[in-house]
Amino acid sequence: MDIKRRQFLKIAGLSTIAGLGAPAAFNLLLKGQSSPVSFASSGSSPEASHGAAPTGVRLGMVVDQRVFDANIGLARKCINACHTVHNVPNFGNPKDEIKWIFEVPYEKAFTTMSHYHSNEHLQDSRFLVFCNHCDNPPCVRACPTKATFKRKDGIVAMDYHRCIGCRFCMAACPYGMRSFNWRDPRPFIDKATYNKEFPTRMRGVVEKCNFCVERLTKGLQPACVEACGDTGAMTFGDLNDPYSEIQRVLKENFTIQRKPSLGTLPSVFYIV
Amino acid sequence: MYDGKYIIPGLIIFVALMTFPIWKNMGNAGPVPKPEKPKGVTKCIEPAQFMRTSHMKVLDDWRDQVLREGERKPIEVEGIEYDRSLMNGCMKCHTEKKKFCDECHTYTSVKPYCWDCHFLPKETF
Repeated sequence: MDIKRRQFLKIAGLSTIAGLGAPAAFNLLLKGQSSPVSFASSGSSPEASHGAAPTGVRLGMVVDQRVFDANIGLARKCINACHTVHNVPNFGNPKDEIKWIFEVPYEKAFTTMSHYHSNEHLQDSRFLVFCNHCDNPPCVRACPTKATFKRKDGIVAMDYHRCIGCRFCMAACPYGMRSFNWRDPRPFIDKATYNKEFPTRMRGVVEKCNFCVERLTKGLQPACVEACGDTGAMTFGDLNDPYSEIQRVLKENFTIQRKPSLGTLPSVFYIV
Repeated sequence: MYDGKYIIPGLIIFVALMTFPIWKNMGNAGPVPKPEKPKGVTKCIEPAQFMRTSHMKVLDDWRDQVLREGERKPIEVEGIEYDRSLMNGCMKCHTEKKKFCDECHTYTSVKPYCWDCHFLPKETF
């Protein structure tokens, strides 16, 4: 067949375009939607954004600040309980400090709220903050080794074996709830109160609150909740269970969350 | 060759000295490690040969099961339940690292970093 150079180039060009474009076009048209843009999906319902957890469980916490304000020292008790149970070291130096749960003033805890002419009660309060176990956790997305991950029950947990200490998760967490082990923590853990069932961490890994996942499997409440006793200062439970205590507390009270506008969907609520 | 009478015997002596450790230990694998077996228990979670070759794989699998899948059901052998855990499982029977873990790890020159985070029931306290 006699074919001109010009015709050949035309055919070759057209077939290249068709070859490259067709699969992409088919994918778009057949699925009926564009591929999800990560952030666009995060604002939607939690089920949609995370591929509904098979168990349907989403563990969360309500912190009743009114009770903490009425019981001076209760927050300290919670912190001590947590840090003892998890062998959190005490370096005695705020620069190296490891914190799973700690107290901050209102304006540090709720930076997106207006603090203009805020009431006196709020100015005096110190709020307990800890990992929010977000339903859309930015730390999990940032972690390059999948050392931090979201479990089926909504807990954002860590595998310290995999952590390479890059601290991307610390940069990604908008709440500052992660701490880095700058030094070997072992010598700074009080041997008298050592929890022999729970490992320590090593130098060069990031750590944070794990919602006491190791205690939950034993049927216990998280250490901080247990430390509160029956004061009702902290309520822990399944946010998706309509008959849970935490749902009752949430229904009966006005609660706020930390930086809700970021779309991280925190699982920790505060009654101010 | 100049000074061949010095160089060749010199080379032979040199090679002999350098290879001394090889032919000294030829046919001798050195003292075989004898990890101390726990008393009172006869069966591990798997046969000894499997544990010898694959205990690290077992530990790796347990870690993922426990941390990621939330699968913490203890493993039952002859009516005794063992946690899927190095510290709370294995070390409950194999209590002494020096007499058990280190025996083979030293022999094979393996340096696992388990003990940076997990502590030893006997040695640490």
